[in-house]
Amino acid sequence: MRRARGFIIGCCALVLWISLAGCPREKRELREIPAMDARSEPVRLTTLQPGAALPARQGSGPYEGNAPAIAEGEQLYEQYNCVGCHFHGGGGIGPPLMDPQWIYGGSGRNIHDTIVQGRPNGMPSYGGHIPDDQIWKITAYVRTLSGQVPKPNSPTRSDELFPHPSEQAMPKQKPKTQEASHPG
Amino acid sequence: MNGPLVFLLLTNWTGGHSALHPMGPQAGHINDLWWLMFWVCAAVFVLVMVATGFAITRRSLPSGPPGPIPPASRRRMTGAVAGAIGVTVLILFALLIASVSTGRAIASLSSSKAPVIRLTGHQWWWEVEYQDPHPDRMVLTANEIHIPAGRPVLIQLSSNDVIHSFWVPNLHGKRDLIPGHDSEIWIQADKPGIYRGFCAEFCGYQHAHMGLLVIADPPDRFDAWYSAQLQSSVMPATPLQQRGRQLVEASPCAVCHSIQGTQAGGKLGPDLTHLASRRTLAAATLANNRGNLAGWILDPQTVKPGNHMPGNSLGSEDLQAILDYLESLK
Amino acid sequence: MSAEPIDAGPDVEESGTEDRRRLEWTWKYASGFWGWLCEVDHTRIGKRYVVTSLIFFALGGIEALMMRVQLARPENGFLGPDLYNEIFTTHGSTMMFLFAVPMMLGLGTYFVPLMVGTRNIAFPRLNSFSYFVYLIGGLFLYTAFFLNTGPDAGWFAYVPLSGPQFSPGKRVDVWAQMITFTEISSLAVAANLITTIFKQRAPGMSLNRIPMFVWAMLVTSFMVIFAMPAVMLSSLMLALDRLIDTHFFNPANGGDAILWQHLFWFFGHPEVYIIFIPATGIVSTLLPAFTRREVFGYMALVLSLVATGFIGFGLWVHHMFATGLPQLGASFFTAASIMIAIPSGAQIFCWIATLWGGRLRFQTPLLYVLGFIFTFLIGGLTGVMVAAVPLDLQVHDTFFVVAHFHYVLIGGAVFPLLGGLFYWFPKMTGRMLSEGWGKVSFWLVFLGFNLTFFPMHVLGLHGMPRRVYTYLPETGWGDLNLLSTIGSGVLALGVLIYVINMLSSLVTGAPAGNDPWESDTLEWATSSPPPPYNFLHLPTVSGRSPMWLWREDQPIVTGLRSDRREFLITGLMDAEPDHRQVSPGPTIWPFVLSLGVGLTFIVGIFTPWGLPIGAVPCAIALAAWFWPRGDQGHTVLKEKS
Repeated sequence: MRRARGFIIGCCALVLWISLAGCPREKRELREIPAMDARSEPVRLTTLQPGAALPARQGSGPYEGNAPAIAEGEQLYEQYNCVGCHFHGGGGIGPPLMDPQWIYGGSGRNIHDTIVQGRPNGMPSYGGHIPDDQIWKITAYVRTLSGQVPKPNSPTRSDELFPHPSEQAMPKQKPKTQEASHPG
Repeated sequence: MNGPLVFLLLTNWTGGHSALHPMGPQAGHINDLWWLMFWVCAAVFVLVMVATGFAITRRSLPSGPPGPIPPASRRRMTGAVAGAIGVTVLILFALLIASVSTGRAIASLSSSKAPVIRLTGHQWWWEVEYQDPHPDRMVLTANEIHIPAGRPVLIQLSSNDVIHSFWVPNLHGKRDLIPGHDSEIWIQADKPGIYRGFCAEFCGYQHAHMGLLVIADPPDRFDAWYSAQLQSSVMPATPLQQRGRQLVEASPCAVCHSIQGTQAGGKLGPDLTHLASRRTLAAATLANNRGNLAGWILDPQTVKPGNHMPGNSLGSEDLQAILDYLESLK
Repeated sequence: MSAEPIDAGPDVEESGTEDRRRLEWTWKYASGFWGWLCEVDHTRIGKRYVVTSLIFFALGGIEALMMRVQLARPENGFLGPDLYNEIFTTHGSTMMFLFAVPMMLGLGTYFVPLMVGTRNIAFPRLNSFSYFVYLIGGLFLYTAFFLNTGPDAGWFAYVPLSGPQFSPGKRVDVWAQMITFTEISSLAVAANLITTIFKQRAPGMSLNRIPMFVWAMLVTSFMVIFAMPAVMLSSLMLALDRLIDTHFFNPANGGDAILWQHLFWFFGHPEVYIIFIPATGIVSTLLPAFTRREVFGYMALVLSLVATGFIGFGLWVHHMFATGLPQLGASFFTAASIMIAIPSGAQIFCWIATLWGGRLRFQTPLLYVLGFIFTFLIGGLTGVMVAAVPLDLQVHDTFFVVAHFHYVLIGGAVFPLLGGLFYWFPKMTGRMLSEGWGKVSFWLVFLGFNLTFFPMHVLGLHGMPRRVYTYLPETGWGDLNLLSTIGSGVLALGVLIYVINMLSSLVTGAPAGNDPWESDTLEWATSSPPPPYNFLHLPTVSGRSPMWLWREDQPIVTGLRSDRREFLITGLMDAEPDHRQVSPGPTIWPFVLSLGVGLTFIVGIFTPWGLPIGAVPCAIALAAWFWPRGDQGHTVLKEKS
């Protein structure tokens, strides 16, 4: 009797265990739906408007917290030269992305709008140049820079946080001779 | 026991891209070493199996209590086993010498005036750049290496992301492309022909679809190909091609791909300046024809799930214009 | 031979009944579910190892079948690249870390104390701990796998592909921590076995009388101790790279991608011998039983094992020939790789000589031994081929290598293992397996195996790289792949029949008796299954085949207390009785500690706080485990007869 009960409990545990397969936490979506059109709503550049205030645009996009998509966004951020102005989050020509201050809003949808439409004073519009799902991936990555995404889902390191490249990454050089470095 | 026979039958099953169909001097040396080792090992296998067969089919000894092997037969066996070990050592020594001398032979290929090709591995395609002291004589292409037949060629290997491995079975063994460790390999094709290559180191989702072609041309045809590749992209000849070019320049295509002589200057994907002159698409995955090109542009994720090219939703007229233009890029 | 040769004389018989009653009370198994968690008996834990690793073997086999279905025809759509990568990685990791090594060490846990004639393994609680750590590691991997977080960078996890940039998410972290779990477990078992073999042998079992299987486990344990730290270190460095932004393997910031390969293969190659050497021990154990002769060339076999153990550490670089090493350096590793064929060859010659001089009984275990000689010989010869740098440059990372190492690992380790399980099943359960079904399963396994893997040699030579989830139709690889897939079905059927034979024989098998095969080693001197105390009186040994040399007046060890868990410690070289030692009884703390370790590593994947969080239960468990309780010191030997 005890054996039978133990057996049934064991079977239930096994079924529960295998049913974990239904859980899609780290799902890789290899086949994106081509070019979903997210530009149907006009982008608002100001909160000033007649009547009662509208609710702020919220929502964080399809890839919020999805580690594989964020990592892809990180690569795209690099490859599409976002680093050219924003650097690796610290800002330079463009505003920094690591701090909690957002000129045009820090929700996923705001950032997406910013990339798609461009913003005054230098931010170009990328809508139509970058496929929309890639913009959402970049958005998901940008949100990790300011710590809006849980740490376990964020990419860990950047190769660019060092003041100079590693010795190994430098071209080979001959050591300078004594005379050359101390002429005289 | 009939393993080697089956093997012989199977290896004669011809495959164009086989290590046993050498088309270059190095693959030839390795092929010789293979057949030497194969016959030696086959002979060893047969001998050992015959000995085992005799041992298990021998008439049974008279029964008695279990225990050690009787001293008389033990002495005989000690001699036999010691002899077998001695022969093993000799054979292994001979194979070692053969291996080292083959190694020296395949490393000896070099030439001071050889073409130098820089091969960079990307997830999941190959960037091919012909080096030249004059920057305007450098040629950039992808997934296809043209070499002059009968001449050694130096290939410099590097990787842009993860480890890949360059392998053309007909010409030579493989050499890894390791980020941070540039290396080089000499190859030579004796006869003109098209030799398929593979990525041999696991590199992610599309490791299976990361092929390339090595095309050995007679020297004059190679030179002709080279000078054709030096040209900028052809100008659109028809209004439809003109429209296609505008679309390519304005659409996401131009962010990743470059076409010399146009505004498309992306560096993330293969160069398309002479796309129509290449034999394959998507790293030797699809034959280069209009239908495959259309499918690849619209839905690359079905052909190579996980690759970095996004899908495009294009109207049929736009698509035809782009196809017309791309097909004109000889 | 009497059923219980230890109960020889009438005096012993009388005191024996009383002793037996008291021993049974002293050594009795803990009962119930709680008792299951507390149990420290080596046969119980050894059996758990065997059963658990067989389950993982089945899971790994199912994964292999899925891969074969996917590859049966070109551009098949059964598995996508993502799932295929997860499956081949999990297959490799399962077979290496969760099946082969634990299975061999589990058999060692079960049979080494019996074969050397002692009551329990040296550190029974450590033994319990190592099993639970292994179990948690295995469950962790498969839980992650079902959660779509199964590792997907290959069982070798080459950086940078497995690094943070190209393997986002937690998949590779799961792999790295699973490695750590199983390595801790293996290291603990290895230390346990070495101590047992060195200090607990029956009086008279000098070093030159140790059974071959025990020698094999000894060499394996030493290899584990020297090889496993390399992979624990490297998997830890990988985890640090991924979790707290170190740059050990990051070329962009001064790390080195090749460093990983060196560290991994410094473990990875000895790993093959860690799996293979116990299998040779099994072969040397099966041969005497089925040829009625002591195995030929004991000294040669022992020296071969030791030589293999040493040389096995000198050839890791032959996995890296394609990285472009200096030619001279590569030649050294070619020479070492070829050299290891000498001890392997010597062993095969000795076994053939044993067959030659013996009176063979063609039962299933002997068939597996013959199948082993056939397949392992092929694997060994192709091993000589891939040791040669030029040839390796062609066949490296192709299906030729897949064929080669499956011939070595299935032919060289799984065949002897299946034969060994068939042979030892009566000892472990008290029931015989069905001989007829055993033969059927052997032939299916043998034919299916060769049908599956032989074509892969040809595929590799014809250019098919490893680890591809599909291939193009124009490559012409389709026919041979289909043949291979059919073969894998036959192989799976054979294994299935073997397993069904095991399950049904548990209920319907003929009772085995103490010594159904009339074998020569000490595990057959006790009942089947062995009692918790293993032997009523610890035996003594007067030769290499104690059961065959057993005399009516064979001395036995007396004077051990039967009211507490005492056993005899003997000298290292000649097994002279030295002193008595008390073996600890059942306790829950090893289980608690394993939970603490599990908590540390699993939480550690998500936050560095895992270390301090997990340290608390670990510290509590360790304190309770080692709390001084008195009454456990050793007593100097006073009497023996």
